[in-house]
Parts: sequence; structure tokens; C-alpha cells
Amino acid sequence: MEFLSDIASLINSTLRISTPLVFAAMAGIFAERSGVIDFSLEGKMLMAAFVAAVGSYFLGNPWLGLLLAIIACVSLSMLHGFASVTYKGDQVVSCVAINILIIGLTTALAAAWFGQAGLTPTLTEDQRFLEVNLPFAESLRDVPIVGTIYSDILSGHYIFVYLAYLTVPIVFWVVFKTSFGLRLRAVGENPSAVDTAGINVFAMRYKALAINGVLIAFAGAHLSTAVNANFFREMSAGRGYLALAAMIFGKWHPKTALVACLLFGFTDALQIRLQGVELPAIGEIPVQLIQALPYVLTVVLLAGFVGKAIAPNAIGQPYIKER
Amino acid sequence: MVSPILELKNINKSFGHVHANKDINLTINKGTIHGIIGENGAGKSTLMSIVFGLYQANSGTIKINGKEINLRSPKDSIVNGIGMVHQHFMLVENFTVLENIILGFEGELVFGKNLEKAKKDLKNLCDTYKLNIDLNSTISDLSVGFRQRVEILKSLYRGAEILILDEPTGVLTPQEVDELFKILRSLNEEGKTIVLITHKLIEIMDLTSEVSVMRQGEMVGHTKTEDTNKEQLAEMMVGRSVLLRLDKTEANTGDVVFKVEDLTVKDDLDVTRVKNVNLEIRAGEILGLAGVTGNGQTELLEALSGIRKVESGEVYLDGKKVSDSQNFLDPRELKEQGLAHVPEDRQRMGLVTDFKAYENLIFGYHDQQPFSKSSILNHTDIISHSKKIMEEYDVRPQSPNLITSNFSGGNQQKIILSRELNEKPKVLLVGQPTRGVDIGAIEFIHQRLIDMRDKGAAILLVSVELDEVLSLSDRIVVMFDGKIVGEKENTNVTDRELGLLMAGVV
Repeated sequence: MEFLSDIASLINSTLRISTPLVFAAMAGIFAERSGVIDFSLEGKMLMAAFVAAVGSYFLGNPWLGLLLAIIACVSLSMLHGFASVTYKGDQVVSCVAINILIIGLTTALAAAWFGQAGLTPTLTEDQRFLEVNLPFAESLRDVPIVGTIYSDILSGHYIFVYLAYLTVPIVFWVVFKTSFGLRLRAVGENPSAVDTAGINVFAMRYKALAINGVLIAFAGAHLSTAVNANFFREMSAGRGYLALAAMIFGKWHPKTALVACLLFGFTDALQIRLQGVELPAIGEIPVQLIQALPYVLTVVLLAGFVGKAIAPNAIGQPYIKER
Repeated sequence: MVSPILELKNINKSFGHVHANKDINLTINKGTIHGIIGENGAGKSTLMSIVFGLYQANSGTIKINGKEINLRSPKDSIVNGIGMVHQHFMLVENFTVLENIILGFEGELVFGKNLEKAKKDLKNLCDTYKLNIDLNSTISDLSVGFRQRVEILKSLYRGAEILILDEPTGVLTPQEVDELFKILRSLNEEGKTIVLITHKLIEIMDLTSEVSVMRQGEMVGHTKTEDTNKEQLAEMMVGRSVLLRLDKTEANTGDVVFKVEDLTVKDDLDVTRVKNVNLEIRAGEILGLAGVTGNGQTELLEALSGIRKVESGEVYLDGKKVSDSQNFLDPRELKEQGLAHVPEDRQRMGLVTDFKAYENLIFGYHDQQPFSKSSILNHTDIISHSKKIMEEYDVRPQSPNLITSNFSGGNQQKIILSRELNEKPKVLLVGQPTRGVDIGAIEFIHQRLIDMRDKGAAILLVSVELDEVLSLSDRIVVMFDGKIVGEKENTNVTDRELGLLMAGVV
């Protein structure tokens, strides 16, 4: 029974840890399917975490914090669009600039407003999202199997966890079953084909970036107003890059990207679980080695273990209409 | 009763310093097949891109069915019944035919009822015009000819009454061209107006009822096709009289100087592209190699010129083995043995387009006397040599200091040709010598190749232009799927016969 509850808690952590990755990967799918590289998921996630925490602290409501985070992230996406879509700048450079800007900006603003370098005040229970207990979770807990799955794995997560997994089928539906999705995919493959079909290429890319901004804001808010009760310096900790890797590993497809996110989440959950544990025959594994696991996995997977990832054909290329 | 469906008045368009369209007037009558002919860079495509709303004119008016219309985007044009089949297809390669066609005209936010209706409508259109397209196939699986049909179907579905085709035959085999013309004629019979942009005189004579000629951004003439002929049109295009038939005497052949035995070559993706090819070229003859693009010609040329590794087989120059899978001479060593190469892709392989003309004129020979002495370039001699050679090969403008990309395609080609021919090679490999080159320059280049032949060079001519192969070659081989599928003496062979070989039918 000990073993079963271990597994249950491992899956429970996997779902929680994967949540920001899932939001970010879905955000990335929108940008990159439209042909715009989004390396700035990391910076935007960090920005969202900061704005959500600060907004919630001042306004006393985490939902308002989330709203402000959405506004901030959409603005950053528009900035990226302005530089790389309208002014046809290098998309990677624009993203790197955003990432660097946000690291400095969040730290500096936190220092200016709260006197602590890169730290915001702890949020009270009113100011943050709390865990949601699904109905009957308590009464079902003792039912074998069902109780474990329902009460120990599915129940008791933050709202963002449920939203993240709900987002995936919606993204799939939008990208593959609607005319917006058709245009989105087309604009990332061959923008000239979209232009000659009478659709504004630039408008399409801006729309995709706006959706990207909304989705990534959820990832940041999850970090600072749900799992944690404050913002701290560089709290996104590479999750934006990890999500980007998951998206590429998932071949820009929501379903496979979800699998990749869960895999990364699982290795992370596993490394937390394994810390300080004596393994038979091997003994205790140094913590640094365990912590490197998700990143090692990224490298191995991306180094061709899953076959060639074929990016949208026009990715990274600004659309130039006239010669 | 003819009524104009499309009228252009005083259209002007500039790209930076280039005045691509100058005061263009054009009237296209309803129900006609109207040809627009002109050399590369004459401004035909620009003009039609304006009509399609892709570019906006700097000034001028456009009337459709007598009504003045402001075309700000392709959407405006499509709504007004204009469809365009671009030279480079505007298709998303990993989409299905259906997805490509409904793109932008889905008619619903979520796919459902309209999609089903679109399928039915498209089936009907396919049947009416015998297009024979499977709506569910992916574009990347379709041949070039079929992709073009998808483009036509796309325009029809979007309600085109005027269908503009920009150089539609450049990528097709003669049989595919026949099919295309059949389709265009049947569209015309149904009342559609067709605008055909081309630089090929034969297509104008074949298909059109009216023709307009453009030269250097200006409209220089309109006429009914039945009232004109090829010579007259060519003269209007170039601005002077042009020799359409080449003066060529019988080849005076000598010994075999270039021999290829059982040659097999792989491409970068490790796919075998040249399969057991055997060739023999004698001194003083031109061997033409015909074939549809992508059947191994590129890899063959690269292997023969020492750029690409030979997988198996041997190459002999003047009876001496120069390449096999173990030992092969590099391009420089081959050059020293008397082999010259005019590559297919002149901008990528033949020239450094950002460099000055005089630099490109000596590349590959730059370390030889008199261009350099003990590794230091001798500018005075290089410039005087460049001036002399540019005059000899009629490179315009005659300024050695001009950046190469500022020369027209034809003059860029002359720069390469003059560089390679100046060394009087024993063997000359030429790939697509006149691709993107204007008629005047084509005439000149062809004459030079014939001169080289008459001086005793062995020439391998690789070209996708069947007319070119037919008019220059003494013997013709056809390449299909990496193999030589036929060899003909060029005495009474027709383009039909070659076309069948090129398509891999016989």
C-alpha cells in the first residue's frame, strides 16, 4: 500500500509540476505555428509571475492579479510582434532582449517597491489561489483504486492545474478544427499563400501572439499566486525554455507537446522524490545529479532520439511582400 | 460584341530606383485569351501582381467591367473575380488540396456544413473541367503539373472570371503543357477570360487571341495574334530584330575527349540521383542532355565538375582517368586539365554576386599570370583584361567596378561564360545557360557555344528548355530518374518524342 500511495503522490506532483509547462508549450504552439519564434516564453512567464503577485498584493484579489499578468504578457507579445513582424527584426534577438529585460525589470521593481531585491511580500490566503477540493473527495478517499485516483491524484490541485489540462483539447480544436486554425497553420508554412488568399499575414501573426500572451500569463500566475505565495527572483527557473523544448519535441502539436510536458514534469517529480532516498545496490544519488535529470532528458530527446522535428516551414522568417 | 472586362490606365510602379511599370495602359476584352509577352524583368509579373492586389500601384486607375476599383489587397481582387496562378505556387505543401483551396474562404468559423458543401462544389468543378484532382491528397505528394491544376481550381472556386497565369509552362513537360492548354481552352469556352504571361513566343501563337508586348517596364504594343508573327513579336520585345533560328553548320567531330562510364552519384541525403550513366562526347560536338528538373542533372553536373563525390564509375578526360570513387581531381585540378564549368545556379555557384564584376571575371584563374604575381593581385592587368573581355562578350554596362548583382541575369551569365570560355577549354559543361536570360542575350550565348564547338571543344549542355536542347545539340540524351533513357541524333527528332522520354513514358 505504501508503494501505491508513493505512485499516487508522484503522479499528483507530475500534474502540478507540468502545469506551467503545459500553458507555456500551448502558448508557444500559437506563436510558432504562425511562423514567429517564441524564445521569450521564459521572460513572459517571469513577468506574469511578478505582475500577478504584485497585482494581487495591491488589489487584494488573485483574479485581478491574473488579469494584469495577461495584460502584461500580451503587451510583451505585441512588443515582440512589433520588432519581428512589423519591423522584420531578428526574432531570436527580440526574444533574448525581452528575456534579459524582464530579469532586470522584475528584480529592480521589486527592490524599488518593496525594498527587497527580487522578492515580493508574501500573499495572504485572500490574495492567492487555493487548492480546489473536488466534491466528495473526502468521502471517496477510502474506496480502493477509485479513491486513490479521484481523491489523491485528481483532487486538491490549484485551479490552474485543471485549466491547463482543459486548455490542451481546446488548443487542439482551435488549431485543427476551425478556420482560424487553418489560417494559423498556413501562415507559418507559407505566408505568401495566405496573403494571396486575401488574408492579412501580419494581422494573423499578431492574433497568434495575443493568444500566446494570454496563455503564458496563466503559467506565471500559477507560479507566484498559487504554488508559491510570492514572487522571487528568476522564479521561472528555465521552465519557459523547457516548455519550448517540449513543444519542439512534441512537433508543434498540442497532444504530443502535452506528453512531452508530462514527461518533463515526471522527471522533475521523480528527482524531488529521489532526493535523499537510498536506492538498492546504488545507494544515495548525489542531489545535483538528480536535479540535472530533466535537462539531461531534454538534451537526449532533442538530440534526435525522437526523430527529426520538422518546424513550420516559414518559422523565423519575417514576411516581406514587395521586393 | 467585345466589351472590356479589365482596363488599366497609366499604371506606374517603382521599387526603389527601379521603375518597373511606366504609364501602362492595357485593355483586356471579355472572353479572350490575352497574352502578355516580354523579356525577364520587363515588368509583366509586377503589372499582374498589381491587378491581383498584391502590390499597390504608385499611380493609375484600374477598371473592372467598366467600374473603377481600388485594389488594396488580393481580397479585393478575388471579390472582383480576378484569380492568379503564380509562377511559384502559393500552396501550403503539407496541407491537403481541400485545405489549400478553402483557405481564406472557409465560410464558417468551425468546420462543418460549409466544408461538405465545398467538397461537393469542388467535385463538380473538377468534373466540368476534367481536372481529375483528389481533394484529399497532400500537395507535397503531387507532381508540379497537378499542383498547378490545384491553383487553377482554387481560383475557380473563389469565383474567378479573369484567370491570370504567370509563366505557367516553365516547370512543365511538353505533355503537361498540352494538358494545361486544353484546360485553359475549355475554361475559355465556358466564358472565362484568360491572361497568359510568358516569354515564350510559341505559346502566344498557340493559345492567345490577343497579345500585348512589354519592354523595360513599358507597354510597347497591342495586336490581335492572327495579325502578327513570332519574328515581329520578338522584335517588339527586344527592340531590334532577332535571329530566332540558329545558324549552325554540321558538326565536325573528332575523337572522344570526355567519357563517363557507369557513373553513380548520391545527393546530400544519401539518395542515389545518378544511376549508371554512360556518356561520350567528341571534340567539336554538343551533347544535349534533356530532362525535367530534378531527375539527376544537377548531381551529374556537380560530379563531373568535381564538386560532388562519385559513388561508383569512372570519368575520363582526354583518355586519362580523372575521377572514380577512390581518386578524383578537384575542380581546380580539372580546370588545369582543360575542363570548364558553367554551373546551373549562376548566382549561388557561378558568381559571388556581392563582389565586383572584375573579381568575378577572374575567379578560379585569379592566381595565374598575369592576374597575380607571388600571391598579390595585379589590379592594372585585371582591370584591362576585364574591360577587354567585357567588350568581347558584350557585357553591359561595361564597367568592371560595378557590383555583380547589379547586372541583369543575361549579363551575369555572360560574365561567367566569358571567364570560362576565355581559357579555351577542351571540355565545357554548361548547365541551364539561358535560364532567366533575355532573348537578345540568349541569341548571343547560343552563338558563342556554337563557336566553341566549331573550335573543337566537347560540350555537354544540360537544359530543361527543350527548344534550347533541340536548337543547339548535335546529339541528345534524355535523363529520367537518374538514368539515361534515350539517345537521339538531332536530325529529325521532335519535341514530342523527347517529351515522352522526359516523362518516363517510354
